Amino acid sequence: MQLIECPWCGPREEVEFHYGGQAHVPYPDNPAELTDEEWAHYVFFRDNTKGRFAERWNHTVGCRRWFNAVRDTTTYRFERVSRLDDPKPVTS
Amino acid sequence: MTSTFRTAEGGLIDRTTTLEFTFDGQTHTGHPGDTLASALLAAGRHQIATSIKLGRPRGVAAAWAEDPGGLVQIEEPFPEPMLPATTVELYGGLVAHGLPGQGRLADVPDSARYDAVHHHVDVLVVGAGPAGLAAALTAARAGARVALVDEQAEAGGSLLSGTDRLDGAPAPTWVAAAVAELAGHPEVLHLQRTTAFGSYDDGFVLALERRTDHLGAAAPKHTSRQRVWRIRARSIVVATGSHERPVVFTDNDRPGIMLAGAARTFLHRYGVLPGREAVVFTTNDSAYDAALDLHRAGVRVQAVVDARPEGSPQRREECERAGIRVLSGAVVVGTQGVDRVTHAVVAPFADGEVGSSSAIGCDLLLVSGGWNPAVHLFSQARGRLRYDEGLGAFLPGEELDGLSVTGSAAGVFDLAGCLADGQRVARAALSAQAIAPTGEDRLPSAPEPVVPTAPLVLWRVPDTSGAEGATQFVDLQRDATVADIARAVGAGLRSIEHIKRYTTIGTAHDQGKTSGVLTSGITAELLGVPVRDTGTTTFRPPYTPVAFAALAGRDRGRLFDPERVTALHEWHVTAGAVFEDVGQWKRPRYYPRPGEDMEAAVLRECAAARTGVGILDGSTLGKIDVQGPDAAVLMDRLYTNLMSSLKVGSVRYGVMCGVDGMVIDDGTVLRLAEDRFLVLTTTGGAAKILDWMEEWIQTEWPDLRVHCTSVTEQWVTFPVVGPRSRDVIGAVFPDVDVSNEAFPFMTWRDTDLEGVPVRLARISFSGELAFEVYVNPWYAVAVWQRLLEAGRPFGITPYGTETMHVLRAEKGYPIIGQDTDGTVTPHDLGMAWAVSKKKPDFIGKRSFARVANQDPLRKQLVGLLPVDRQTVLPEGSQIVEFLHDGQLPPPPVPMLGHVTSSYRSAELGRPFALALVKGGRERVGDTVHVPVNGTLVPVEVTGSVLVDPEGARRDG
Repeated sequence: MQLIECPWCGPREEVEFHYGGQAHVPYPDNPAELTDEEWAHYVFFRDNTKGRFAERWNHTVGCRRWFNAVRDTTTYRFERVSRLDDPKPVTS
Repeated sequence: MTSTFRTAEGGLIDRTTTLEFTFDGQTHTGHPGDTLASALLAAGRHQIATSIKLGRPRGVAAAWAEDPGGLVQIEEPFPEPMLPATTVELYGGLVAHGLPGQGRLADVPDSARYDAVHHHVDVLVVGAGPAGLAAALTAARAGARVALVDEQAEAGGSLLSGTDRLDGAPAPTWVAAAVAELAGHPEVLHLQRTTAFGSYDDGFVLALERRTDHLGAAAPKHTSRQRVWRIRARSIVVATGSHERPVVFTDNDRPGIMLAGAARTFLHRYGVLPGREAVVFTTNDSAYDAALDLHRAGVRVQAVVDARPEGSPQRREECERAGIRVLSGAVVVGTQGVDRVTHAVVAPFADGEVGSSSAIGCDLLLVSGGWNPAVHLFSQARGRLRYDEGLGAFLPGEELDGLSVTGSAAGVFDLAGCLADGQRVARAALSAQAIAPTGEDRLPSAPEPVVPTAPLVLWRVPDTSGAEGATQFVDLQRDATVADIARAVGAGLRSIEHIKRYTTIGTAHDQGKTSGVLTSGITAELLGVPVRDTGTTTFRPPYTPVAFAALAGRDRGRLFDPERVTALHEWHVTAGAVFEDVGQWKRPRYYPRPGEDMEAAVLRECAAARTGVGILDGSTLGKIDVQGPDAAVLMDRLYTNLMSSLKVGSVRYGVMCGVDGMVIDDGTVLRLAEDRFLVLTTTGGAAKILDWMEEWIQTEWPDLRVHCTSVTEQWVTFPVVGPRSRDVIGAVFPDVDVSNEAFPFMTWRDTDLEGVPVRLARISFSGELAFEVYVNPWYAVAVWQRLLEAGRPFGITPYGTETMHVLRAEKGYPIIGQDTDGTVTPHDLGMAWAVSKKKPDFIGKRSFARVANQDPLRKQLVGLLPVDRQTVLPEGSQIVEFLHDGQLPPPPVPMLGHVTSSYRSAELGRPFALALVKGGRERVGDTVHVPVNGTLVPVEVTGSVLVDPEGARRDG
C-alpha cells in the first residue's frame, strides 16, 4: 500500500485518499458563452496521460482537504504534492 | 505403532513428552517439535494421499511449505483443508487424513478470533536463518527499531537442518544466544510462526502470525488464532533462504522420493530417518552432505548418482572414505515401486545421451537439482530478476530502494558468507537511514567456506520409457508433466505465463515453489531459447496460502461495517419494528402488529397518516450546517433554484445537479439567519453532498467566506404527519401558535419544551399537514414519548420507511437514486419549476441548454396504474407498447422505460407505480404494457401525482 504525502497531514496510507481526476481544469468563467462542444470538453473530456500527470486528490478520511499532485501514471510514484494555492507545476 | 524410524537421539524434539494423534484412522505418536510429516515418517509412513487427477500415490517430498506432495485435511480440533503435513506442527489429539486433491471446509462456524496489528519499524528482517539473524543483530545493536519475522516454529533456518558449527559449538547454540540477545533489545519485535506473505509499496509488508494453531485443542480462547501484521518498514531485509529444486525424471513422484536437503532436515531437526536404503541423485555438491549425514546415522547409502561427468572430486573422496559408491556421469532415468519407491533405475549420462540402465534397490531416493533463491518478496516489490547460467536460478537483478536481499535468497550459499552478507546489508540499511552502526557487532566464527565443484544445470533426464514425458512430473500437486509442457509448446504457446495457465503448473497451494523454475528451464529447452528469455511467471502475494478469516480479522459479522442507529433505536426494537439497512443506518421499515405481514402493516400505517396522524423517526436525514457571509452565494450556485431570496424563518425545497445537469440530490433548506442555512439531504446522500460542497468551496471558490459541517447526528427529526398532526403539536408545544396563518407551510419556528430547545418545521413529504420536530438526540426518547402521549386520543401511529415511501410516491415525490439513475434532469422529473431562470449560472445550468435536453422523447417520471387493479408491478420491470394492430413489435421489442417505484396504496385502493417512460408526459392516458411473470399487464399512464394533485391537504 502506497504512502501519499498530504500537504497538510504528511504521509498517510493510500486508502485514506480519493482520486479527483485531472487537476487544473477550471470551471469556465462564463459557461453560457460556450458552444455545446466546448462545454462538453469541460464536462467530459480529460487527458489520459502516460507518465507525469497533474492530478487532484482529496484526503477523504483525514483532513478532508483537496490538494494537487504530480504522479507518474506508469509507476504510480508521486513526484510532488502541492496545496491548491500553489502555482500549477510544469508537467511536460 | 512404534516409531521405528526415529533415531536413538538427537534432533530438536522433546522426547520426554509423547503426543498421540490420528492419521487416516490410525493412531500414531510423536513429540513436541515434530510436524505431522516428521511424525508420520518416524512411523515409516511416506504416502500421504493420492494425486488429484491420476490417483498416483504421493508422499512427503520436502520438509516445509514447498512440499508439493503431502496435503492433508485436519478434522480435529477444527476442520481445515489443504495444509501441507510438513507445516502442521504436531499436537495431541490431532485428527487428520491425506487429501487426494480438494479438501472440505468446516460446516460449523469458526469460533476462533483473528486480528490485525499495525507495526512500524526502521528495519524489517524476513527470515531468521544465519543471514537474517546477522542482519537483525546488526540493526538491533545499532539501536534501530527492528522486526524479525520467521515462518517456522523456531529461529535458525538452515542451521536447524545441518551440522554446522559456529564459535566452535553446534550452530543452534549460537541461534539461541542470538535470539536471547534480540529479546534483550527493547526496540526489537521477534516473531516466529510468522510468514511475511506479501510485500507492497513503500516498505509495506503483510505477515501472518499463527498464534495458537500449534496448540490444538489447548489453544486459549482469549488469544486470537492468527494475526495479520501490517508492517511498515523504512528498510526491508529479505533473508528468506532458498528452495531446493528437484530434477525431473520418469516416475519421479513415488512416495520415498524427496529433496536431499529435506532428508537432512528430517534427520537433524526431527530425529527421523526417512528410509533405510538410500540412493542420492544430484547435480551439485550439496546433496553429498545428505548422503554422508544419513550414512553416519545408519542409513545404507547405496549410491550417489552425480550427473556431472566428473562428479565432485573432493566429495567423492569423502564418500569413498565412508564406503559410499559414487556414480559420476550418471542419472536416475526411472523408478520402480507402487506405494513406495523400491528401485532407482540408473544409467550413464553423457552429452545429453543416456546409456543402458540398471536398477538399484532403495526405499529412499533423494534428489537435488540445485537451489532456487526465494526471491518472492523481492519480485513482488517489482524487483527485476536475472538468470544465473551457472546456478540455473533466478537471482535479484537490481537494487531496490528500501529493500535488499541477503543470504541464499541472494545466491550466497556458504555459511560464513551468509553471516557477513546479512551484516553488510543491515549496515547499508542503517546508513541509508543515518543510523550509526555500533562497534560491538561481532559475527560468530564460521568454518572456512569450501569452494564447491560447479553444479550442472539439468532440468530433466531424457525419457527412455517411451512415454514421452507423460510420467515425468513437473508439478506433483497438479499432476502436470513434461508431456503437458510439450503439448503447450506444441499448441504454439511461447510465454511462460501462458504455459503456466495452459498446464496449471504453479497454480496449486505451493504456487510452484519446486516447479516454477523447472518449467522455465524445460520450456526454454523445448523452444530452443535461453532460459533468461523465458523468464519466470509473476510472483504474486500470498507467498503461502492465507485464510480469508485471517484477512477479514475482526471485520466480520456485525463488525464488518459500522451500524448507525438513531437515538430511538431501543424504542423501535421494543416496539417490534422490522428494520432495513439504509446506507449504514438501521431504520424501522414497519411496525407489524400481531398477525400482520408487511403489506397489512403498511396499509394500516398509510391509512393512519392520511386520515389521522402518524409519526416517523426521520433522524437519519442528512443535515449540513452552512455558515458564513457568502452562504447564500454558495446555495445559489449549488441549487438549481434561487435560495438567496429565501427569508429567515422559511423553508424551500431544492434540487442539486452535477455539471452534466443530472439530479444528484434533493431536499429542503431552512434559512436560519442571513448567513446561515440548514441543508437537509437524503439519508444516503448526506456524506456525498457534504463532500460535493467542500469540493466546490475548496477547489473552485476559495474566495467564498463559507463553511460547512455535518450536523446529522446533532439533531433527531420526527415528522408528525396527518390531518390531526396540528392537534398533537399544539398539545405538546402550547407556546406555539400552530394555526396555518401563524405557522404557514414551509416555515420553521424555534421553541422549547421545559427548557429544551426544539425546532418545528412545516415540511411535508406525504402531502398531508405535517410538522417536523427537531431536538437534541439526548432528549429524543422523552420528546418522542410526549408526542405519542399527546397523539394517543387521535390514534397516533408510528410508521416506518416503507409507509414513508408509499406516501411520498402517491404524491409523485421522487427518491433520488431510486426514481433517478444519474441520467435524469429536474425537467424529466417534472420539476422545471425548481430550476431558476433568473440566476446567471448554477451547477448544471449550461447542460440544460444542450439539444438532447430538449428532446421530447426523454424519459420522464409518470405514474402507472395497472388496469386490473391487482398487480403490484415489480420495480425494475420494463415497459413496452403494442402497435396499432394490437401486436407487439417484432423483437427486439423497444423498451419505453422502466418501473422505478411500485406499491399498494390504501388511499387509492389499488396498486400504483412510478416509472421513467420515454415521452411519458405526452402519454398520460395511454395504455402501455409491463411484462410480469411472462404475462403482459396493461397499465394506464397517469401524471406522477396520484393523491391530492391539488395540494389541498397540506394545510390540514
